[in-house]
Amino acid sequence: MTTLPIEPIPPPPETLAPRPEARWESLRGVNASDRVYQGVLTVLALALPFLMIVLLTQLFISALPAIKRFGLSFLWTSTWDPVAEVYGAAPMIFGTLASSFIALLIAVPLALGVAIFLTEFAPRWLRQPVAFLVELLAAIPSVVYGLWGIFVLIPFLRTYVVPPLKAVLGWTPFFQGVFYGNSLLAGGIILAIMIVPYIAAVSREVLLAVPSSQREAALGMGATRWEAVWTAVLPYGRAGLIGAIILGLGRSLGETMAVTMVIGNRHDIGLSALQPAYTMAAAIANEFSEATTTLYLSALFEVGFILFVITVLVNAAARLLIWRVARGTAVGSKAL
Amino acid sequence: MRKVTSGIMTALVALLSFTAVLALVLILGDLIAKGASSLDWNFFVKNPVPAGESGGGVANAIVGTGIVVGIAGLIGLPIGIGAGLYLAEYGSGRLGFAVRFIADVMNGTPSIVIGIFAWTWMVKPVGGFSALAGSIALAILMIPMIARTTEEMVRLVPHSLREAALALGYPRWRTSLRVVARTALGGIVTGCLVGVARVAGETAPLLFTALGNLNFSTDLTHPMQTLSLQVYVYATGPFEEWHRLAWAAALVLMGLVLILSLAARWVTRQRYGRVR
Repeated sequence: MTTLPIEPIPPPPETLAPRPEARWESLRGVNASDRVYQGVLTVLALALPFLMIVLLTQLFISALPAIKRFGLSFLWTSTWDPVAEVYGAAPMIFGTLASSFIALLIAVPLALGVAIFLTEFAPRWLRQPVAFLVELLAAIPSVVYGLWGIFVLIPFLRTYVVPPLKAVLGWTPFFQGVFYGNSLLAGGIILAIMIVPYIAAVSREVLLAVPSSQREAALGMGATRWEAVWTAVLPYGRAGLIGAIILGLGRSLGETMAVTMVIGNRHDIGLSALQPAYTMAAAIANEFSEATTTLYLSALFEVGFILFVITVLVNAAARLLIWRVARGTAVGSKAL
Repeated sequence: MRKVTSGIMTALVALLSFTAVLALVLILGDLIAKGASSLDWNFFVKNPVPAGESGGGVANAIVGTGIVVGIAGLIGLPIGIGAGLYLAEYGSGRLGFAVRFIADVMNGTPSIVIGIFAWTWMVKPVGGFSALAGSIALAILMIPMIARTTEEMVRLVPHSLREAALALGYPRWRTSLRVVARTALGGIVTGCLVGVARVAGETAPLLFTALGNLNFSTDLTHPMQTLSLQVYVYATGPFEEWHRLAWAAALVLMGLVLILSLAARWVTRQRYGRVR
């Protein structure tokens, strides 16, 4: 009896195919005009790092008077008094984090649901249209979200959502106080709708990059379709999915117009989601044109500088995580 | 039991997807329901009237949007496309990696921060708000987006095309421009349209640059109105009449953005057939 030769399992295809331009660059025959071409393109490409550096240094320079005056205490002082010229960003930092937290709480299940549905369960004919419609959410201008928030979402919350919420959860510190409309809750919900398309699009691409052998292996061992997703697909794409969520977080931290229009713009730190709050971006949008003194203006620039640094760090972390899964591709660009 | 769980979870993710689509339908539906009735000829050809009077239109904002976004495109698109070509053609080294990474990170920069930056450089030294400052803020927002989509589209061009052109004796720059970029043109145009659509709806970078203007103006060195600024001012204002106009202006803005996005999709279809 001859044993069948066991075919060696081919190694998984390199996720990073040999880059064509590597060969392209090694091609001979570079002449003068080619050098000019490469030079021009290089200068244009350098515009990006240049802009980044200029942005950072300029914001820092403009913020310098406030940084010198208040030092690190700017971060945890909660007084914001243009008359006495005392500025502290704690309420805005709190509001920014709190509204983004609410947004993630709502958006993550929604977006991951969309991504899982579209890659694993939806019939083929439905995938394209649904993906397109969800991505259209990203095309709606921020100010239109704000308009909708003021005149549709807030009245809806006031009539249908807040009364039952207060009835059930009113005893917790998170739903205390009178609901006037403009609130942390309204801001968080609007942000959630705005970041769903980003998280969904990137998660979808991450899940698409999971090799089908993962699914097949799980299904082959008798897993149901959901178990295959839960035990094989999601763990495989975990880094990328976390990256997608962090990317969404980055978007919501810096979102300006819609939040400014519905969050209430009050310098207060309160645990209740029903109370008005403030975000860093909203403070700049509201007060920048009123800032008459150098120190006031500089304090707003410092808020901008902190916001910029935070979003850069958050985005950088997200990109690194996503690149680990879907390397080199500009994931998420389709959601723009 | 396990089958039931699987079924329930399938239904759940389907329901979540339905919810996301529902949000879109609701927002677009409300826009049409509350905005469409105010759209008439006057709305498009008249300028705003003083608060309290009824009537008036947004002609100045429509023209202003066109000018501010148009100039932003003139500045941002060439830089973005050039940077994208660099990334695709020469971007395998350390600089390429850095530029790509910075472009991705800058794609998520809060637009309000770009706004105050543009104010520092374009408004403060000159001593006055200007449409040009707004355009430059929008251009800065546009560049990283355009660069990344251009790169992706150029990368899709088969290497054999390059080799064929080089074998025919084309120098590399002509190969890159005449053969590679030409082949990817549809994709590049798509990226540009999407980028322009995104910045056309931006408000935050314009607050302290283009500022807004109640009158008709085409002067780049003076404040100029855009649809997005108009929606913001009208929506947050105290008058019923303003709210009505805000919905109508928002509908026009949304229509503009949608047309650009759909045109982008159409261009892609034309070139690559039904992709993705």
